[in-house]
Amino acid sequence: MRHRADLVFKLVALSTLVFALVTLAALVFDVVADGAGRLDWQFLTSLASRRPEDAGIYHALAGSIWVIVLTGALAMPLGVAAAVYLEEYGTRSRWARFIEINIANLAAVPSIIYGLLGLGVFVRVMGMGRSVMAGACTLALLALPVVILSTREALRTVPSTIREGSYALGATKWQTIWHQVLPMAMPGILTGLILSLSRAIGETAPLITIGALTYIPFAPDGIWSPFTVLPIQIFNWVSRPQAAFKENAAAGILVLMALLLAMNAIAVFLRDRMQRQGRS
Amino acid sequence: MRTRRIEWLIEHALFLCAALSVLTTAGIIIVLSVETFEFLREVPLLEFLTGTEWTPLFANPRFGVMPLVAGTLLVSAIAMAVALPMGLLSAIYLSEYAPERVRRVVKPVLEVLAGVPTVVYGYFALLFVTPLLQRIFPQMSGFNALSPGIVMGIMILPLVSSLAEDAMRAVPRGLREGSYALGATQMQTALKVVVPAAFSGITAAFILAVSRAVGETMIVAIAAGQQPRLTASPFVPLETMTAYIVQVSLGDTPQGTLEYRTIFAVGMLLFLMTFGLNLVSTWLRERFREEYS
Repeated sequence: MRHRADLVFKLVALSTLVFALVTLAALVFDVVADGAGRLDWQFLTSLASRRPEDAGIYHALAGSIWVIVLTGALAMPLGVAAAVYLEEYGTRSRWARFIEINIANLAAVPSIIYGLLGLGVFVRVMGMGRSVMAGACTLALLALPVVILSTREALRTVPSTIREGSYALGATKWQTIWHQVLPMAMPGILTGLILSLSRAIGETAPLITIGALTYIPFAPDGIWSPFTVLPIQIFNWVSRPQAAFKENAAAGILVLMALLLAMNAIAVFLRDRMQRQGRS
Repeated sequence: MRTRRIEWLIEHALFLCAALSVLTTAGIIIVLSVETFEFLREVPLLEFLTGTEWTPLFANPRFGVMPLVAGTLLVSAIAMAVALPMGLLSAIYLSEYAPERVRRVVKPVLEVLAGVPTVVYGYFALLFVTPLLQRIFPQMSGFNALSPGIVMGIMILPLVSSLAEDAMRAVPRGLREGSYALGATQMQTALKVVVPAAFSGITAAFILAVSRAVGETMIVAIAAGQQPRLTASPFVPLETMTAYIVQVSLGDTPQGTLEYRTIFAVGMLLFLMTFGLNLVSTWLRERFREEYS
């Protein structure tokens, strides 16, 4: 009797996982069924249009790539520098402890709040306007806690013998970090960076808040250009009543998911390479 | 001597990068406070917090934030009703029952579920889950709290599951073995020994999940409608705090007006709610770590 209850409980617990997996399958199936028919070369190369059958995703795809590349260029040096400080220099100081707690809390602040910060600081006070640059700065702040946490983990995997060997040869602390520790940790750092960027590329709310436009019929031509991104274009299409725009939204989701998949594939590839290096 | 100075410079440059995070927090608090202060000069705090009508964009504006807070809490409660029991059960399965092979397949899939952009979940809620639910509840409106709530719960499930699993795996094996030695089954051990032992860690996971639900934006902006309404019915359109900020950001409300400042006041309230929850969650996790270190 007791053992039957045990078996039932195990099955109930297992069924929650099955439910989660079935939901994921339903989501993918639903989007593919709605959007696959709309996805063609014309859709990828056309700009926004008021007529759903002419509309395309090119401007939003270009906007997303602009923003994400710039976000990475901002978040990587800042995040790595912060992580190196916390991991290699300031581990014992009270300031470092305070910064650590602060980063953990920032990681849990809703993304839309970052949007309000970006609107107040980057768009208005610093006068960047509703540009690619303002969007990238906002997303970089959003991505930083994750970049810092994953970089610290990568730094921790570098054995201390490497550092000691370097010191023994007379290298200074920074020479050791720059020539020994960082190169060894680099695959791990890049994996974390790509994963955090793949989260940032799906972010919608903070960019809407800083005023990325929902209807923009051209691709950005520089970092001060106004822009839109894939999730905002998808949101715009979902919000329209006509069914034809919903098809566009589904096709747009497929493009976004393909981009995410590609980024994750790169991250997995790097992680694999890193593990192989670790073994040899 | 020269190397010394360079080393000193580098260390302090790195420190500044780390301190940027403190600056970010300060920036958030300053931006929100300045605009909220301006807002409160025109709308009394008591009216803002206790008013039951939210119509800032109408000709005769009313600034009672209760309908937005109630909408946020209703959707979050539905999400938690999905994410908490299911997240806890799947964590128990993964931590106590699952063979290593199953874990290795299931964990990455859960990560995928957590990595799907929220705008995609919004699409799924509006165009798949809502029509499905309308077959069961014909009186349900096209925009409602139930569908985005359920979808948000599924989105948060991996977070609850993985944090709760971490907490349970940190429980020493000796406790489980003692329980088995007394003749308890796996279920009895899981529910009466492991879960209570990991209680503060699990609670921390739950609270973090509530914070995520309260701050979630796109699912509700797409599928819950944009009508501030003080209601407990999950079937009618309503508006959450986050969805309101999106609604104003999309419109052409001129900067510097009272209507415009409302998004910072609502944002401030949202920030305080989530920040409080995060602090409690961090504190509980620290306590849990002390228990088993």
